[in-house]
Amino acid sequence: MVKIVNCALAGLLASLPVHSFAAWELNMPVGVTELSRRIHALHMLIFWICVVIAIAVFGAMIYSIVKFRRSQGAVPASFDHSTRAEIIWTIIPIVILVAMAVPAAATLVRIEDTRNSDLTVKVTGYQWRWHYEYLDQKVAFFSTLARESNAARQLRSGVDPKTVTNYLLDVDHPLVVPVGKKVRVLLTAGDVIHAWWVPAFGMKKDAIPGFVNELWFRADQTGIYRGQCAELCGRDHGFMPVVVDVRSQEDYDSWLKEQQAGAPTAQAAGTAPATAE
Amino acid sequence: MSIANHQAAVPAHAHHDDHAHDHHGPDKGWRRWVLATNHKDIGTMYLLFSLLMFFVGGTMAMVIRAELFKPGLQLVDPMFFNSMTTMHALIMIFGAVMPAFVGLANWMIPLQIGAPDMALPRMNNFSFWILPFAFSLLLGTLLVPGGAPAGGWTMYPPLSLQVGPSFPMLIFAVHLMGASSIMGAINVIVTIMNMRAPGMSLLKMPMFVWSWLITAYLLIAVMPVLAGAVTMLLTDHYFGTTFFEAAGGGDPVMFQHIFWFFGHPEVYIMILPAFGIVSEIIPTFSRKKLFGYDSMVYAIASIAFLSFIVWAHHMFTVGMPLAGQLFFMLATMLIAVPTGVKVFNWTATMFKGSLSFEPPMLFALSFLFLFTIGGFSGLMLAIVPADFQYHDTYFVVAHFHYVLVPGAVFGIMAAVYYWLPKWTGHMYDMKLAKTHFWLSTIFVNVLFFPQHFLGLAGMPRRIPDYNTQFADWNMISSIGGFGFGLSQLLFAYIVFSTIRGGVKASDNVWDEAKVHGLEWTVSSPPPYHSFETPPEVK
Amino acid sequence: MAHAPTTTASDKYYVPHGSPWPIIGSVALFTTVGGAAMWLNHVNAGPWLVTAGLALLIFMFIGWFGVVIRESEGRLYNEAVDRSFRMGMMWFIFSEVMFFAGFFGALLYARQFSVPWLGGEGTKLLTAVVRGDNFEAAWPTNGPGQIGGEFTTIPAFGLPAINTAILLASGVTITIAHHALRAGQRQVLNLFLALTFLLGFLFVYLQATEYIEAYTHHNLKLSTGIYGSTFFPLTAFHGFHVTMGAIMLVVVWLRCLKGHFTPTHHFAFEGVAWYWHFVDVVWLGLFIFVYWL
Ligand code: HEA
Ligand code: HEA
Ligand code: CUA
Ligand SMILES: [Cu+2]
Repeated sequence: MVKIVNCALAGLLASLPVHSFAAWELNMPVGVTELSRRIHALHMLIFWICVVIAIAVFGAMIYSIVKFRRSQGAVPASFDHSTRAEIIWTIIPIVILVAMAVPAAATLVRIEDTRNSDLTVKVTGYQWRWHYEYLDQKVAFFSTLARESNAARQLRSGVDPKTVTNYLLDVDHPLVVPVGKKVRVLLTAGDVIHAWWVPAFGMKKDAIPGFVNELWFRADQTGIYRGQCAELCGRDHGFMPVVVDVRSQEDYDSWLKEQQAGAPTAQAAGTAPATAE
Repeated sequence: MSIANHQAAVPAHAHHDDHAHDHHGPDKGWRRWVLATNHKDIGTMYLLFSLLMFFVGGTMAMVIRAELFKPGLQLVDPMFFNSMTTMHALIMIFGAVMPAFVGLANWMIPLQIGAPDMALPRMNNFSFWILPFAFSLLLGTLLVPGGAPAGGWTMYPPLSLQVGPSFPMLIFAVHLMGASSIMGAINVIVTIMNMRAPGMSLLKMPMFVWSWLITAYLLIAVMPVLAGAVTMLLTDHYFGTTFFEAAGGGDPVMFQHIFWFFGHPEVYIMILPAFGIVSEIIPTFSRKKLFGYDSMVYAIASIAFLSFIVWAHHMFTVGMPLAGQLFFMLATMLIAVPTGVKVFNWTATMFKGSLSFEPPMLFALSFLFLFTIGGFSGLMLAIVPADFQYHDTYFVVAHFHYVLVPGAVFGIMAAVYYWLPKWTGHMYDMKLAKTHFWLSTIFVNVLFFPQHFLGLAGMPRRIPDYNTQFADWNMISSIGGFGFGLSQLLFAYIVFSTIRGGVKASDNVWDEAKVHGLEWTVSSPPPYHSFETPPEVK
Repeated sequence: MAHAPTTTASDKYYVPHGSPWPIIGSVALFTTVGGAAMWLNHVNAGPWLVTAGLALLIFMFIGWFGVVIRESEGRLYNEAVDRSFRMGMMWFIFSEVMFFAGFFGALLYARQFSVPWLGGEGTKLLTAVVRGDNFEAAWPTNGPGQIGGEFTTIPAFGLPAINTAILLASGVTITIAHHALRAGQRQVLNLFLALTFLLGFLFVYLQATEYIEAYTHHNLKLSTGIYGSTFFPLTAFHGFHVTMGAIMLVVVWLRCLKGHFTPTHHFAFEGVAWYWHFVDVVWLGLFIFVYWL
């Protein structure tokens, strides 16, 4: 299924003009976690089901529009209902919907299962930066929009965003996690509602003041994955990216040591300004 | 004093009305409009007001599209951008689409059911004249220190509590709009239930009347809930209540539940009358009776019923218990079934018909295709795990603009092109109208289709600036936006020039289409007081 | 007007021709809420504008209903018009029901979901753990933040029970009055109608004393966490509706004294009666879910 899909999309993409900098991205990228792949497959499944239905329905419409034109001397028939037909096109959609609901429910159950995780990070949203706290490792720091992006994004800054690497998707201190480990994220917020989202992990959840939400992911490739705050949280909602740096276990451990040794970054981050006005 | 006199005068004067309506023309000058109790005058005011608001809200949308034309902040401060988003939505929903439908109801329901006027003419005037004041209050927020509300049209606390002086203005504006819609809806229901011409049984009513009957019911059911929700915001902000504050035992998410209990039915309030309109137009220009009238009625009814039990599909990411997420997913998906029945029935109406493509039909067809596309994306959003990715991205923005712009708005435009000659007695310039149609249909897709791609690629909504990977589609979308906006100037031109004059339209405007329905039995334009003695319906 | 020819109940649906009252009403509403907005923003003109707006609103009601009453007594309304009024009133009451439903919904949500969750029940276990206090999810509560400090609640079987009895009694008296009107026994009608609104005002008075009691002896305030947030708005909005209903009853009573209404033709009376039963029912809901359980 997914294969066919990808080929199809590759085809679509290839058929588009591609500039030097252009990313004529058409579809949801396949992520680097089991969940994100399941979600992507689900997304493609419903997408294609809709395409098929669309072809059928629009086909019928276009046929009627072309075939029964008055200008072509079409004379109207007189039928105005058919119980059989109506029953059919009530039942078929129901069947299709069930076919969609089953895999969806299965995936959902999997997503909600946050048990036996290897690492727990508490994420707190503030206007407008994230605070990460490794509950058992006694490490905590703020993560704020990178200086370069922040300078460029000021009103009429004169800086061309295209010259900024990872414009608006870069932070001073990314969240660092080990590859292949089930990371449990506890979400809450200090002021207003925010939402923590990394597309490559297929996960998005609201960070709500006074309450704690949970999500989990297990990244199976090292690398840096970028997302954004996904709930309107005021003036700089567009400027509090989420960056996760997935490292090999060794790199992660050494990074952790560094932090626990009270590396400057931690304190620096602690006092980082919410936004550079 | 003068008013006291007026009071004294009323019975006698009204008494005389009673016998002399027929040669009772409209008042001269402003009194005709400000003191109006005539459903046609009030309908006209509603429609013109909504056109004005469509332009105001649209101009705000143009600001949004201009800022998003390319990455980087070129034009506005992020706060002002958020205000634009917020005001754009509130004005389009409460100022453009809903009043347009109420205006159509005012004009057409009495004509379609053979009633002399709306059931409660004075209240009818009240529900209209509240609106200009409500929107002055809302637009006034743009002028106060601290700026207009910027928390999104969904007004989620705690964020929505962070605005300054504009906050109570927003709340009270919403209260006024609510009061207006509730009175308007009561008027519609009572008119339909009480004033049908003899012989017009419920199941003989035109589909537009049916769709409005159910819409009015939805309005009365959910508008008060919205009023309650914003009242809670007000007390939380000024009087120390803690409905939406965890420290006091409340919950910010509680607001979202109450809001969406209103908000979801609200979106069907914005589409059901359009369904009704399309169900009038397609049979006319297919020269064939509507396919499956009864099931169309039941479909609307079941959509309305389901709309009360799906609200949390707007909140899948707030961390609901699993059972809740599953329930709301399934309930939401179910709505595809009655909606599908409608789409299929419309298609079956055209099948083996004899189609011609006047502007109303063109817009109805465009509605058929594009609304369905919006419906599909809606269905995708209903799939919880997938919504975890889609939620709060431009995919959602694409979804609801497809159902709202080529959905609701095209429905309204189709209705205008269908009935404008009846209202004014003039036929508009077909060529211009068709040009307007093609420009709108092409640009609306250039405007909103790329937003699907943006959303899937990961662009969040409600952001004034974005990473360069989103640059290309945003530029396309903005170009489409400007194109669509400018095309609407053509619409305004067509409407006003038709009001001023033009080729005389016959009584049953669409002669050779053999239109059915009482509205075509009166002259074009209809007499100031129509159906004073109810017609017989066989 | 009362002795206007009673036989002209015309076959035609009466459509008024122009009315100044709605626009006056719109201006009044605008002045009121505009003033309220200023007031909340500490603009001095605020209170004055609110007063002016409300005054204009009252003027509008008097004028508007005055016209309608005169038309009605002038027998300009046929059955159809009468039916429109009835249906209109019923749907208006339905909208009121939904307004209260919103607040009852908030109460239900707080008691069934948010408070237990804050106590760490169900899927929200960590909410309590992370907060790390020893907040017990129980009702009544003012939340983990103890907003408003220690408080006690109004016992259901004190004043509230008495108030319940009073409202139920008023429901009976108005029914008696209605039957009397149908039977044309004007004396009985006038007497029991008077009793009804007197009971109504008594209820409002007792509610007021209860509020004072709450503030002075129970430390129960509007700002007492979610309990105060639900208790006061619910009861206050209801009290407000009782007051409105009672005033409408007074108006109807005065009309009865003037000899208005006939055994068959008395929409105003019935409309108000329905309204009265509605506030009655809402109160039962309040008594059970706010005071008792
Ligand atoms: C006119 C307005 C309108 C209409 C009609 C709809 C119709 C639908 N909407 Fe939409 N929606 C909005 C306006 C509307 N919506 C708005 C404004 C928002 C955003 C609010 C905000 O956050 O600001 C929103 C958001 C929204 C969300 C939340 C997304 C998110 O924030 O994460 C969801 C999720 O379930 C959703 C679902 C649906 C569904 C399932 C339908 C269904 O009714 C669609 C049914 C129709 C079809 C399915 C097509 C025709 C059917 C067939 C051809 C039959 C065969 C088809 C199948 C069997 C698949 N909508
Ligand atoms: C019925 C409702 C409705 C309608 C008709 C529209 C119409 C349009 N909307 Fe709508 N929109 C919403 C309801 C609606 N919208 C809602 C509910 C939201 C969510 C808000 C939120 O997140 O809180 C939203 C949000 C929203 C966004 C996302 C903002 C964000 O997330 O930050 C965008 C961005 O492109 C957008 C664009 C448009 C455009 C281009 C139109 C066009 O169709 C408008 C076309 C009309 C005109 C342009 C006016 C007529 C022409 C003139 C005035 C002449 C001048 C024209 C030029 C100078 C070119 N809207
Ligand atoms: Cu934080 Cu949006
Ligand atoms: Cu919805």
